[in-house]
Amino acid sequence: MPDYTPPLRDISFVLDEVVEFQDLFATEAFGHVDADTVHTVLAEVGRFMAEVVAPTNRDGDVIGSSWQPDGSVITPDSFKPAYRQMVAAGYGAIPFDPDFGGGGFPWVSAIAIQEMLTSANMAFSLWALLTQGAIDAFTHHGSDEQKAMYLPKMLTGEWTGTMNLTEPHAGSDVGALTSKAEPVGDGSYRITGQKIYITYGEQDLSENIIHLVLARTPGAAPGTRGISMFVVPKFLVNDDGSLGERNGVSCVSIEHKLGIHGSPTCVLAYENAIGWLVGEDGDGMRNMFTMMNNARLSVGLEGLALAERAYQQALQYSLDRTQGTAVGAAKGVSSPIIDHADVRRMLMTQRSWIDAMRCLVYTNAAEIDRSKANGGDEARGHKELADLLIPLSKGLCTDLGNELTSLAVQIHGGMGYVEETGVAQHYRDARIAPIYEGTNGIQAADLVGRKLPMRGGAVVFEQLDAFDHTAAELSKDPELARFGQNLTEAIEVTRECSRWLLENGAVDPNNALAGSVPYLRMLGTVMCAGLVGKAALVAAANDTGAEADFYRAKKISAKFFGEQILPTAPALAGAVMAGPDDLFALTPQQLA
Amino acid sequence: MKVVVCVKQIPDPADPGALDPETRTLKRDVKLILDESDSYGVEMALQLVDAAGEGEVILVSMAPNGERSGLATALAMGAASAILISDPELVGSDALTTAKLLATAVKDQGADLIIAGSESSDGYTGVVPEQIAGVLDLPSVTAAKSIEVDGSSIKVQRQTDGGYDDVTCPLPAVVSVTAGVVEPRYPSFKGIMAAKNKPVEEKSAADLGFDASQVGWAGAGQEIIEVTDAPKRQAGEVIEDDGEAFTKIVAYLENMKVI
Ligand SMILES: Cc1cc2nc3c(=O)[nH]c(=O)nc-3n(C[C@H](O)[C@H](O)[C@H](O)COP(=O)(O)OP(=O)(O)OC[C@H]3O[C@@H](n4cnc5c(N)ncnc54)[C@H](O)[C@@H]3O)c2cc1C
Repeated sequence: MPDYTPPLRDISFVLDEVVEFQDLFATEAFGHVDADTVHTVLAEVGRFMAEVVAPTNRDGDVIGSSWQPDGSVITPDSFKPAYRQMVAAGYGAIPFDPDFGGGGFPWVSAIAIQEMLTSANMAFSLWALLTQGAIDAFTHHGSDEQKAMYLPKMLTGEWTGTMNLTEPHAGSDVGALTSKAEPVGDGSYRITGQKIYITYGEQDLSENIIHLVLARTPGAAPGTRGISMFVVPKFLVNDDGSLGERNGVSCVSIEHKLGIHGSPTCVLAYENAIGWLVGEDGDGMRNMFTMMNNARLSVGLEGLALAERAYQQALQYSLDRTQGTAVGAAKGVSSPIIDHADVRRMLMTQRSWIDAMRCLVYTNAAEIDRSKANGGDEARGHKELADLLIPLSKGLCTDLGNELTSLAVQIHGGMGYVEETGVAQHYRDARIAPIYEGTNGIQAADLVGRKLPMRGGAVVFEQLDAFDHTAAELSKDPELARFGQNLTEAIEVTRECSRWLLENGAVDPNNALAGSVPYLRMLGTVMCAGLVGKAALVAAANDTGAEADFYRAKKISAKFFGEQILPTAPALAGAVMAGPDDLFALTPQQLA
Repeated sequence: MKVVVCVKQIPDPADPGALDPETRTLKRDVKLILDESDSYGVEMALQLVDAAGEGEVILVSMAPNGERSGLATALAMGAASAILISDPELVGSDALTTAKLLATAVKDQGADLIIAGSESSDGYTGVVPEQIAGVLDLPSVTAAKSIEVDGSSIKVQRQTDGGYDDVTCPLPAVVSVTAGVVEPRYPSFKGIMAAKNKPVEEKSAADLGFDASQVGWAGAGQEIIEVTDAPKRQAGEVIEDDGEAFTKIVAYLENMKVI
């Protein structure tokens, strides 16, 4: 039994039949790709992830990356061949610009690759994730020279990228950062400051590391408006592309963490490091925003990916472990724990949420693609939906990453709590995802402060209206009728809550902020239900034929969602509309 | 340097296979993948062509249906083209018929070297490469762990129980390759994309000059008479530790002549 089986059939179901990504291939942007090719690529990449990357996951946890007194960082030995093979295979380039060696594939296909990479080894996957972010930054804001200099080698993965925002006093509040960039007159700058928590800020995998650093130029405005983005390569790059001198950036230490031990989280000291502006002076924060969607979506995906990996392990364990005699089993028989109702409840909760999350995240990615591949009003509609879904994908899926990996531990009983089985690793690894790339509190603030108010709430209401149709369709199938009814009710409550937040948030932001996290959960769950409802209808229409079993499983997973998970959404209405009074009723002394 | 590699597409071993109760053979109406034991031959062939600095790798495969996923993998690894012998008539063909058909398809390719896996992971007859050599009247080297081209001959290290034999053999020749001796590359993204446009020539038994009576069940010189399940593993012996269990374990191991 391999450790990780790429869920290729589940992925193709979501791509082909829920997201219906085929429309992308009729556009000019993606006309050179077709669905078959995507599936072929995914099958090969999946095999690679399962055979090459997944076996390194345990090493990442147990050995971890280590800092050396000379400032170098050593990753686990098994990471190196996996990295080399991944670079040789060129999988990182698939969604990027063909002019620089990319495949020009839709982002949603890259998301599928990333899911499998992350399930295989999340700590390992992060070098690729951060490189992706840096590629995005150059693609959108880099000069032609910068693109030519950095993109080809970053697309292959020979050079990796990092994102340097965080400083000791600037975490959620990026605007508080103080790193300085002094122009020296030849177009370059000297960067000085300290960055913390920089993922893969130093490592022994790639021949060069391209740091993207946020810093302030002299006289810059305070807050986020005075921030600029700089490229600071670890080794300066000569005109002929060869590597030159070592730049003035060094790794002072790495963090000891709850999880993702394989991923070095670095304190980086910049001392007169040579850097160049990416984009315009003062546009650093704006530049960050253009790549934020992709980055946040990728982190949301981590919740899904770890939930999937932990679920596979928990399912296997529930078949292997015998304990007690299940109801209906012969007397004296020690039943596999999967025969106990409560273990089934945990498995179904995982199965059903994983299916739902995949619908949400992949839809989000496809909406990003559609916003880019189409023009005019159509593009705007897709962009709005993508923007709305981002905090839901990030916030909901990473919270669920915690909850579902926790269920996987629970299914293992005591063996889940001891490290031997490896399932505890998924639980610990998953815990970072609600924190970085904007904490889930910040996601919720973004949802109620920016996304819900788009066009006076119309983006949310239009989506809810569309789900009313789904609910009506569901009601026609006797097995799905209860789901349909629950969806109608949940939509109505979500409408009411959304209106309440819009009205009362306008009066006092704390009215909206107080209920923002439960609202994210509510809207996210309803959004999942709408998509899962569609999946259920597709599955119901395929209940005969060679894959009847597969579709039956999808239908039941959806039914479970509609009947046992969806009702948790409207139950949050009280918390959403409570306002801040109770939250602030106690003084800090009284809280003690 | 032109290397022909005989590859087989088989049902995914990860999915539980099933026997057709009527024919007592493996059901093959599912998606087929490249037999892992053939991926070593493909890799070796690609390395030989790389080392030679010129030439190409051509795949030859036989399947009862038009399934190409396994060939696509080998093409994505770097093979230049493929010949797929595909014909419903071929169902039931035995090893010798398979060898005759493959040999006929290989014959016109002008190959310097023909590589095959030692045995397939679904049929395990393990005789096809030698039969191909017999049909083509070429020298046959088995169980190769490495191949080095030296002008018009090859030096082969043949895996043996105790180590390996050094064998020299004139070209063209048929060499069967032991599984696990090289690390097959994973198809790169570029390779996967390029494979889409690589030619796969489909040939029927008739195209190769065989009529229906010579292939499939009709042409088979063997018959599967009976299939029995492998014996179930016996329950192990449990030794309860009463503080003296180690003596029983030592006695047990001594009895097995392990210690
Ligand atoms: C393993 C790891 C890897 C990381 N990788 C990188 C990286 O590569 N590059 C990089 O730049 N950074 C990275 N970070 C930093 C990460 O993005 C920050 O930790 C994160 O943004 C939170 O900032 P903070 O730690 O200062 O927490 P704080 O901002 O101090 O937050 C503490 C708590 O207060 C809440 N809070 C703060 N402000 C608000 C507000 N306005 N409204 C509501 N709630 C609020 C937060 O939600 C949180 O619950 C990484 C961190 C870790 C742990």
